Amino acid sequence: MTTLDLSSLSARQVRDGIVAGEFSAREVAESAYARIEALEAGVHAFLQLTPELAYAAADRIDAARTSGEDLPPLAGVPAGIKDNMNLVGTRTTCASRMLADYESVYDCTAVRRLLNAGALPIGKCNMDEFAFGSSTENSAFGPTHNPWDLERVPGGSSGGSAAAVAAGMVSISLGSDTGGSIRQPGALTGTVALKPTYGRVSRYGVVAFGSSLDQIGPFGKSVDDVSLTLAAIAGRDPMDATSSAEPVPAYAEMLDRGIAGLKVGIVRDMLEMEGCGEEIRAAVDAAVETFAALGAEVGEVELPSTEHGLAAYYIIGPAEASSNLARFDGIRYGHRAEDPEDVLDLYTRSRAEGFGPETIRRIMLGTYVLSAGYYDAYYGQAQKARTRIIEDFRSAFERFDVLLTPTTPETAFRFGEKSDPFTMYLNDVYTIPVNLAGNCAVSVPTGLCAGSGMPIGLQIIGDYFAESTVLRAAAAYEEAAGFDPVPPLVRALG
Amino acid sequence: MAITESDVRHVAMLARLALTDEQVTTLAAELSGVLGHIDTLQHLDLEGVQPTAHPLAMTNSTREDVVVPGLSRAEALRNAPLSDGTAFVVPTITGGGEES
Repeated sequence: MTTLDLSSLSARQVRDGIVAGEFSAREVAESAYARIEALEAGVHAFLQLTPELAYAAADRIDAARTSGEDLPPLAGVPAGIKDNMNLVGTRTTCASRMLADYESVYDCTAVRRLLNAGALPIGKCNMDEFAFGSSTENSAFGPTHNPWDLERVPGGSSGGSAAAVAAGMVSISLGSDTGGSIRQPGALTGTVALKPTYGRVSRYGVVAFGSSLDQIGPFGKSVDDVSLTLAAIAGRDPMDATSSAEPVPAYAEMLDRGIAGLKVGIVRDMLEMEGCGEEIRAAVDAAVETFAALGAEVGEVELPSTEHGLAAYYIIGPAEASSNLARFDGIRYGHRAEDPEDVLDLYTRSRAEGFGPETIRRIMLGTYVLSAGYYDAYYGQAQKARTRIIEDFRSAFERFDVLLTPTTPETAFRFGEKSDPFTMYLNDVYTIPVNLAGNCAVSVPTGLCAGSGMPIGLQIIGDYFAESTVLRAAAAYEEAAGFDPVPPLVRALG
Repeated sequence: MAITESDVRHVAMLARLALTDEQVTTLAAELSGVLGHIDTLQHLDLEGVQPTAHPLAMTNSTREDVVVPGLSRAEALRNAPLSDGTAFVVPTITGGGEES
């Protein structure tokens, strides 16, 4: 067996190597599991490995090649799937005791499309319980560790998906982003991470958190890999009425067109926000100079209402979550309390026993802001603030093609460092406004922070369905920045 | 705004969560802390601003009204913690709690 180093191969190179007969899809899968074997004890990126599914998929690719068929765009590319997405033959636990034994009975559309494009399902990735969190510390099955420093968090909630890519266990992965849950772990692990426009990717089969905010998106080591993955999963789905019929362009084919004349706005008020690390500010300022050097027209813009994004989000997100999580009743699926006295006792104990502390916090917060007497003051006011944020973006995109901010105000932090819930919530201050407005944004690494030694992420924000512009800007910047996405831990494997 | 323990107990009942006394105490403090941060919204003048429930300007999205196969009964019951093979089993909901 040849052991391939997936860290040094892009998704595109994996497929091309299989097409050219340099290696087989089965060897790719073997390499993924060998890397997992070497690093998973320290990283804990996965909640479940699915070698039977992955090898079956690999054998189908190898057989197709042998019989001379054209191979699909992600043929033989090893992929991780966040454990809130259903795939028949796997459990979908949402990293919760509530769903510890839940067997998927249908496929999430985005996952099905990924597999139809030839990707190999290596396993289901760890996350914060029900996607509530920014560190994976809220996983009921133990946290994921950042491959850049195992003492630090990988971000969250899609921390397992991010860490699996950063550690070279898979080439690409899927996460979900409700307030930053793809982009923030992308920034903290030095991976490229995209939240598509709301409606770009079907939400069918991803366990709902905030239904007006949630969106599935890809992680990869390069903008090209992320673009290939997006093209595979995007598009209208009859099973999700909010999925858009907007045509899906060949994103990856448009990356090399350059950014001469692209209008780039640096969001000055977000950059100057209290709590943003000096080195992060400096990295974004340097990125702006890079964009100018690449021929972009750089200017400044303010998004004054986004100052209220965090507050609006911590009303709307929990309100939607508390409604969505009302389905866990101990009857149809999930944890059921022993010997209930009556149906109310069954509901209340099943839920209290099955949900972890942050999930209970969000449900309580959401139920409170929706309760009689508080609805207008909180939920109504947050919905209006949301309108203001949308208007801010709309006027910014009248002048600019893309906007630049840091992805996060700081780099990866240590376990247990943020014990106060709101301190943790502040990590998503730059990503949340994009979910509220529903447009798209990608996080791309700028380099390592001298202080922490951890990766820094640049957020490139685009208008609705402007993924091709955002990815083209990210690709141009990526090439200029020359970030090496392989952590020392992985490098040491040789 | 400070949330009292009695507020927490009321909301926990609305949310169908059986909390321990310790959880009630902790949550009263934590929720008060979070609400202290989000209360800033109440001071914003948003008079006359249209609320947004959904970020996309999509109008009604409909499909042809055709019958397609859904989950089978076996699939629907597969994850039920308690079922008799044909239905979910629940405690008696109506009446005085007597087995009927």
